Amino acid sequence: MATNDGRLTPAAKAPTTTVSVRGLIRGYGPKGVLNGVDLDIAPGEFVALLGPSGCGKSTLLRALAGLDHEVSGSGTVTVPAKVSVVFQDSRLLPWDSVLGNVTLGLQDHDAGERGRRALAEVGLAGRERAWPHQLSGGEQQRVALARSLVRDPELLLADEPFGALDALTRLKMHSLLAHLVAAHQPAVLLVTHDVDEAIALADRIVVLDHGKVALEREVISGTNRAPDDAGFATLHASLLGALGVDRHRALATA
Amino acid sequence: MTAAVLVRKLAYGEPGNSQRGTGGTPPGTADRRPLTRRLGPGPRRRFAALAGPALLLAAWCLASGTGLLDPRILSEPWTVVATASEQLASGKLQEHLGISAHRAALGLFFGIVLGVVLALTAGLSRIGEALVDGPVQIKRAIPSLALLPLLVLWFGIDETMKVLTITLGVFVPIYLQTHAGLRSIETKYVELAQTVRLSRLAFIKKVVLPGALPGFFLGLRFAVTGAWVSLVVVEQINSTSGIGYMMELARTYGQTNIIVLGLAVYGILGLLSDGAVQLLQRKALSWQRTMAG
Repeated sequence: MATNDGRLTPAAKAPTTTVSVRGLIRGYGPKGVLNGVDLDIAPGEFVALLGPSGCGKSTLLRALAGLDHEVSGSGTVTVPAKVSVVFQDSRLLPWDSVLGNVTLGLQDHDAGERGRRALAEVGLAGRERAWPHQLSGGEQQRVALARSLVRDPELLLADEPFGALDALTRLKMHSLLAHLVAAHQPAVLLVTHDVDEAIALADRIVVLDHGKVALEREVISGTNRAPDDAGFATLHASLLGALGVDRHRALATA
Repeated sequence: MTAAVLVRKLAYGEPGNSQRGTGGTPPGTADRRPLTRRLGPGPRRRFAALAGPALLLAAWCLASGTGLLDPRILSEPWTVVATASEQLASGKLQEHLGISAHRAALGLFFGIVLGVVLALTAGLSRIGEALVDGPVQIKRAIPSLALLPLLVLWFGIDETMKVLTITLGVFVPIYLQTHAGLRSIETKYVELAQTVRLSRLAFIKKVVLPGALPGFFLGLRFAVTGAWVSLVVVEQINSTSGIGYMMELARTYGQTNIIVLGLAVYGILGLLSDGAVQLLQRKALSWQRTMAG
């Protein structure tokens, strides 16, 4: 089943892992972007992929999404059959209505009804017939969320989905995403460069550096998730350290 | 200084005088926002498209009325109107017009179908592009007029030749603009289509065709005007009916008024059909947000 030409292999539904990446190597030209990445994601697990710009986190996500045809490389990637992707831009078709965008490609006879329900879930009931350009940036990204969740994905891939939003909208989107993931239980891989976002949302944080996994940390509510939890400061500092930021020196020189 | 003040007054309305509220706004807090975007062409006005043609007509009336324009060179507008009512009364104008419109519509129809099919072929596959694009560019370089002798030899002088000439004139702009529109569809939408697992057919229906629609409409506007232009050419050669024939006949008898009537009819037809296409365009592309609005 697993091939080593770097092609996607839809998984025969394994009970323990939804995603399995082994020895993944990807590169544009001679310089490697991913230099042997191993990653497992359990069913329903929320993994945040953290790393500085250019560390290869988007390349890894695109490999999982099956969008890296033009990139050379090797290694195996096993993903479930139902994968949804949320991009940094909402990527709505400007010529289709909000509902049309949500149900894009759905063929079931109840697609419209399901699309309406998904829109209601992200708080956009009543906006079904609007054009995408009539919505705010945050609303557009909520439509994109509805579009991915209406497909009942086993794996949700999100590539810096809130990167283009203002800080306040981003916080609202965090709680919306947490709520939606709790309700639908997909495995999630969230690519972000925001340490706080990763800690707030993820069960496990993987730091990628120079195309390799540099650090892995579990996040547990009540232990190290909230700023007043005992383990929070340690977790925060170790993540920043892995990202190459020394908090104290940064503060001292500021 | 005075000019600047005037501009401000025009843009903002009289100070303290609300232009937006329904009179309930107390003075001093009046809504003084500009009514239109400062840059950009301003709001759309009804029938504004007729202003230019109306001005042209007025200039013609004035030149003829003051004797500046000799009727032997260009008939007066009222003579043309009188001629039109004569021709309408005798039923000749309707007959010629009907035949001309029929030819233009047929040519337009086949041209649109051909242009769209070729654009899709060239836009969706590399083989298609390699085979289709070159020949179309060659055809583009050859005027329809230059093809006419050959078409007459091949198809004679009947309706086939006429409709074919119009078709050949029409499909080129449709192809060019639709193809350009198709190629301007961004890769990110193709990626999206892949992640939601659109079938090839659904991809064409949901992404390619709507994405190419702005280009298609641009092509259609060129095509519609082009159809009337080709019509003039084919109807003045070995024809026994149509507006072009009516004008050609008038030329042999030196009836300037009928020639001008023919020109006016062509002009009105062109204006009306372009207006119809623009209306269609605005309806179909209402998802676009552009400067013209």
